[in-house]
Amino acid sequence: MGKKIERHAFEPKIMAFVCKWCTYSGADLAGTSRMDYSPNVRMVRLPCSGRIDPQFMIKAFEQGADGVVVSGCHPGDCHYNEGNYYARRRNTAFRELMDFNGIDIERIEFSWISAAEAIKWTEVIDNFTDKVRELGPHAQYSDDVVDPYAEFLVQKDRETA
Amino acid sequence: MAKIGVFVCQCGNNIARTVDTAAVAKDASEQNGVVHVEDYKFMCSAPGQEMFKKAIKEKGLDACIVAACSPKMHEATFRKAAEAAGLNPFKVEIANIREQCSWVHDDKEIGTAKSKDLTHMMIERIKFNRPLERYVMPLTKRTLILGGGIAGIQAALDLANAGIEVHIVEREPSLGGNMARLSETFPTLDCSQCIMTPKMVEVLDHPLITVHAYAELQKLEGFIGNFRATILQKAKFVIDDLCTGCGECWEKCPFSVESEFEMGLVKRPIIYIPFPQAVPTVPVIDKTECPKILKDKCGLCAQVCGPDCIDFTQQDEIKEIEFGAVIVATGFQLMPNVYREYGGWRPPHMTPKKLTKKERAALPRSGAGRLVDVINGLEFERLASASGPTGGQIRRPSDGKIPETVVFIACVGSRDCNKGVEYCSKICCMYTAKHTMLYQHSVHHGKAYVFYMDIRAGGKGYEEFINRAQNEGAQYIRGRVSRLSKKGDKILVKGADTLTGQAVDVEADMVVLATAMVPQGDAEETAQILGIGYDKHGFYSEQHPKLMPVDSSTGGIFLAGTCQGVKDIPETVAQASAAASKVLALFSKEELQRDPEVAIVDQEKCMNCWDCVTVCPYLAIDRVELKDRNGNFRKWAAQVNPGLCQGCGLCNTACRSKSIELQGYTNEQVYAQITAFGGEFV
Repeated sequence: MGKKIERHAFEPKIMAFVCKWCTYSGADLAGTSRMDYSPNVRMVRLPCSGRIDPQFMIKAFEQGADGVVVSGCHPGDCHYNEGNYYARRRNTAFRELMDFNGIDIERIEFSWISAAEAIKWTEVIDNFTDKVRELGPHAQYSDDVVDPYAEFLVQKDRETA
Repeated sequence: MAKIGVFVCQCGNNIARTVDTAAVAKDASEQNGVVHVEDYKFMCSAPGQEMFKKAIKEKGLDACIVAACSPKMHEATFRKAAEAAGLNPFKVEIANIREQCSWVHDDKEIGTAKSKDLTHMMIERIKFNRPLERYVMPLTKRTLILGGGIAGIQAALDLANAGIEVHIVEREPSLGGNMARLSETFPTLDCSQCIMTPKMVEVLDHPLITVHAYAELQKLEGFIGNFRATILQKAKFVIDDLCTGCGECWEKCPFSVESEFEMGLVKRPIIYIPFPQAVPTVPVIDKTECPKILKDKCGLCAQVCGPDCIDFTQQDEIKEIEFGAVIVATGFQLMPNVYREYGGWRPPHMTPKKLTKKERAALPRSGAGRLVDVINGLEFERLASASGPTGGQIRRPSDGKIPETVVFIACVGSRDCNKGVEYCSKICCMYTAKHTMLYQHSVHHGKAYVFYMDIRAGGKGYEEFINRAQNEGAQYIRGRVSRLSKKGDKILVKGADTLTGQAVDVEADMVVLATAMVPQGDAEETAQILGIGYDKHGFYSEQHPKLMPVDSSTGGIFLAGTCQGVKDIPETVAQASAAASKVLALFSKEELQRDPEVAIVDQEKCMNCWDCVTVCPYLAIDRVELKDRNGNFRKWAAQVNPGLCQGCGLCNTACRSKSIELQGYTNEQVYAQITAFGGEFV
């Protein structure tokens, strides 16, 4: 504690999806040890990193998140034996798909943080916040993406009227 | 419309110092659905909880958020309080504003803004929390113990003495396992049979223990509290209830084969008990050898049998029994020896010589190879045992001569990841020291050499024991042996002394190898029958290496003894008692309660792709047929067994039709939480 928080013109919004056994406990430990890290992160507590659906990330970006952190137990340490392997595989497999969908994959951070690695948690969050701050705000879906079918319906509606 | 209560805790000054709790409460009160807010100094204190309960009752709240410390601290406290006030405990959620906000951010403005946001997220989430009821399941208070060695015996006695019914399944004709083979045990040198056989008899006589000797587990279905085991009782061709164990039959049997119990050092009759102190003292007929069974000749045993209990028509029998818990105590074997095949042992770090076809044909067909006097630790135990083939006199297997010089080689196959196993076999240092003592007590003028890598004697009285062995005259040489070869009727041991840096040649009459302890040959198949995890060596995996060393990866199945890892007898017994106490804790309730935070399936939506079945680490998902009211097949669907489900949510994420969901962490809840995200960042 005691690190003075600097304020910037742009503060990124970061959503973290974490497993409750390792990373959530690691973040708790950061609290108990009175460490200091960027306040930009909001956590969603899930039972296992294998429970993290890629759709959650998309939803977070859709809701205005500028970055998403996914974190769970180290390989081999999963409370459920193999859940984090699914998370790892999903991360690899869905990265390209996310990229294709217009999500800047630089904005997705994937890391293993155990319940003892409070320092790592603060480092990951601080570094990622700085990185996203430099990347700037994530383009809002609602502003840019136009649904052509919806447009078509609206047009048709007008015509009939 | 939801009636949500929000309780903001100041935690003394812990939260209030960097979070304006009054502002958080005020902000929460403006949220949709929130009808009651409180801002209090210590929510977890007795008056705080009273306030919490009173608000639930008076305002008729149907969900509560406690913005306080980590859910790991007080989630259970508030859920219990809610239950006492008549609210479903799973309608209470914690917003973590202490560990993840006030303690990590110094700035009050930022802390307050973040706390507001965290509280919003929880308010949105709880609107989708469903009231959940704990699952209550029946519990069969009967335990299955696999393996009748010392671990199985100890666990059985502990359980039975506490009033629990126990069934032991042992595949050999007698209880005893590997410990029954030992002559004396370190570090006290007390006779293994003397401490073991009374326990074996106690097991057999105990009214609550049923021993299925000469039987195997074929199948295990079900889950914690409700297992159903299929036990194959192999035909003994002897009627248990009639047999008196008089011994007429095995004395008269004219045929003999190598005795498994005596490690092939001597022969045994075809109708046999493994060793004289066997429990139960009922012989079995080895149906793969018996000429009566194979070609209907002989039948002498039936003629001499007084009580007329030999029945050649007996068939294998299948028994189905229900259990509530299983203790796996299948034990170990010594690493199957290479020297038996090659006729001369080469240390595992050297490439074993490939024999040509001609050389192989020249090898003696049965029994040992060319170097018959190279034996392993268990064979030495039998030679040293008073009930063994030599009556306790140490004689070498080839010509029965009393060996004048014996070389003991430690770490054979262990601590060698190239040719053997990587781990330290742990007990070899101790039993080698014991062997040198047993040898020197038996052959007073004999000379014992020990080639060792390191001495690992961590245990009560162990280091003292090693010192004693050295003081009694055993010559310890630090170094490895490069090869063994025949020299006259002796064995030439070529080794090195790494402390003096010289080569050492010893002409030995007998060589004893401290071979690595490895799991039973069929350990992996057994694990698959049980549905438990195992490591690359075949040892069964415990749930947590430090905090849950007795639980297997499957609920209701516990591990005891060397099937889980290398152990000596005291550790094995300790683990067996620990497993028994785990079973007692499980059986202390009348019925089984399970946390409702498990997966459930919307079977109508299920499109039976079985992705969930593939990902489930606990085999908790079954494929079931749905039927209409006339009993006709309608469709297939997945079904979660709440007894096995541990609530990891892998299936929820894997499900394509989103028909399976993890209660307490449903997609709706998570999406609601994400949707609320995005408040003001200061």
